[in-house]
Amino acid sequence: MSPVALAWEQFRFERKLFWRNPSAAFFNFLLPLLLLVLIATAFASEPDELEVLIPGVAGMGVLATTFTALAFNLTLLRDEGVLKRIRGTPIPAGAYLAGFIGSATLNALLQVAIVVAIGNLVYGVDWPHDPLLLAGFTLLGVVCFAALGVAFSHLIPNEDAAPAYTNAVFLPLIFISGVFYSADDLPEALKAIAEALPLKHLIDGLSEAIVGGGGADVGTAAAVVAVWAAAGLFLAVRFFRWE
Amino acid sequence: MPSPAIEVHDLRKDYGAVEAVRGVSFEVARGEVFGILGPNGAGKTTTVEILEGYRSRSAGDVRVLGHDPAERDRELQQRVGIVLQSCGFYPRVTVREAVEHFSKAYEHPRDTGETIELVGLREKADARTKDLSGGQRRRLDLALALVGDPELVFLDEPTTGFDPAARRTAWGVVRSMKELGKTVVLTTHYLEEAQALADRVAIVKEGRIVAEGPPDQLGPGSSRYRVSYLSQGSRVEHQTDDPTELLHRLTRDAIALGERLDGLEVTRPTLEDVYLELTAEVDAV
Repeated sequence: MSPVALAWEQFRFERKLFWRNPSAAFFNFLLPLLLLVLIATAFASEPDELEVLIPGVAGMGVLATTFTALAFNLTLLRDEGVLKRIRGTPIPAGAYLAGFIGSATLNALLQVAIVVAIGNLVYGVDWPHDPLLLAGFTLLGVVCFAALGVAFSHLIPNEDAAPAYTNAVFLPLIFISGVFYSADDLPEALKAIAEALPLKHLIDGLSEAIVGGGGADVGTAAAVVAVWAAAGLFLAVRFFRWE
Repeated sequence: MPSPAIEVHDLRKDYGAVEAVRGVSFEVARGEVFGILGPNGAGKTTTVEILEGYRSRSAGDVRVLGHDPAERDRELQQRVGIVLQSCGFYPRVTVREAVEHFSKAYEHPRDTGETIELVGLREKADARTKDLSGGQRRRLDLALALVGDPELVFLDEPTTGFDPAARRTAWGVVRSMKELGKTVVLTTHYLEEAQALADRVAIVKEGRIVAEGPPDQLGPGSSRYRVSYLSQGSRVEHQTDDPTELLHRLTRDAIALGERLDGLEVTRPTLEDVYLELTAEVDAV
């Protein structure tokens, strides 16, 4: 089989594994949606609040399905020796990782689509104002957070530490990056940190694409996410460990 | 005369100041079962992982089926099967799905069902890997290594932690690989395993080969026979390189004196004797 066919086989295998793991499916899909519904119901019933929440939860979905899921799963596979076993077969490393990361990418795309659909059908937020920009930012965010997730897995010492390490990044990041409320309302110090990190910029871009007219500089947002993507790709490849 | 399956010349590996492998040379012929025997930390796994392409070497020449394994050539990987000392599975797939999935990496895979049958997992074919016992997992390891129908199979301590029955089953699988004409490189710290399976054995100690040969004619002292008998209730033992001459002298004297050599035994040192003799020096250093 060609490397492309092998990547496809690996992708299909990963999809099968994903749906057999109910807790992964829950954390990837249901938890962000549950948060969306709860927060929309409890705090954000006004249209302008929903217009912050929908792009915010879409951005969080990208973070959860790529960064968190990949950092967690790669640590597990490395610790259990699955990566080492793969390394001993003729499956090319690139084909294996393409299938594996491709599966996480599909989860991210599905999540963004579901959040946008719920925003419209349940909460009456308009359909995306600029679908092309939405697709562009979603893909850029996927590349960025997938690469950072792989890179971050190199820092996690073993599978027992994986939940603590990933949550130590995930939770503070979603609170300062404008997922549930506008990041503009944060204290200056937290705002400065959020400005330097990619999630806020991804959400700014998604917000421009979904809602539009927020005044965020799309070019700057894309540039910051792209720089993080480049750094993530470099670190992911440079320090990749099979065992 | 086909070229050897494996050629290793003056292989060295150091991790910083620690020399794990210190100049190892050996050859493995095609179709041979070659055992690498030694205590933990002797350098067995390091040596095998260099041959498998997992580790780089510090010095020396290595050829595996004519390739340098450090280049991680896919063509070589198609022809080699690896059973690592410990490695995991995807927990939520069945045995059949795992074997089927790995078979896709190979150009000429063995049939999935046949592979499962070969390692004796037929009745567990639809069980998920997380529900397998330790011995069954090891057999799945073997199945995944054999599904590509490799010419050369590396087995790194394949039966560590097995109960005796599971060990016998695994030995049967190794013997069937030999019957199929595969070359097998086996590391173990079980003497009886090397004795039962290997055509030739290298005993490794502190990163060096201290003895090499067929298990029944191995080591220094290997030509020394032990001759013992009972004399007035206690056992008398002689060691000799020439048992014919010694036995002739003993029986002649006994007949002359009208005695019987009760409990007469002529034995050769077992692999275990050789192994203990060779590895005991480690403690003396």
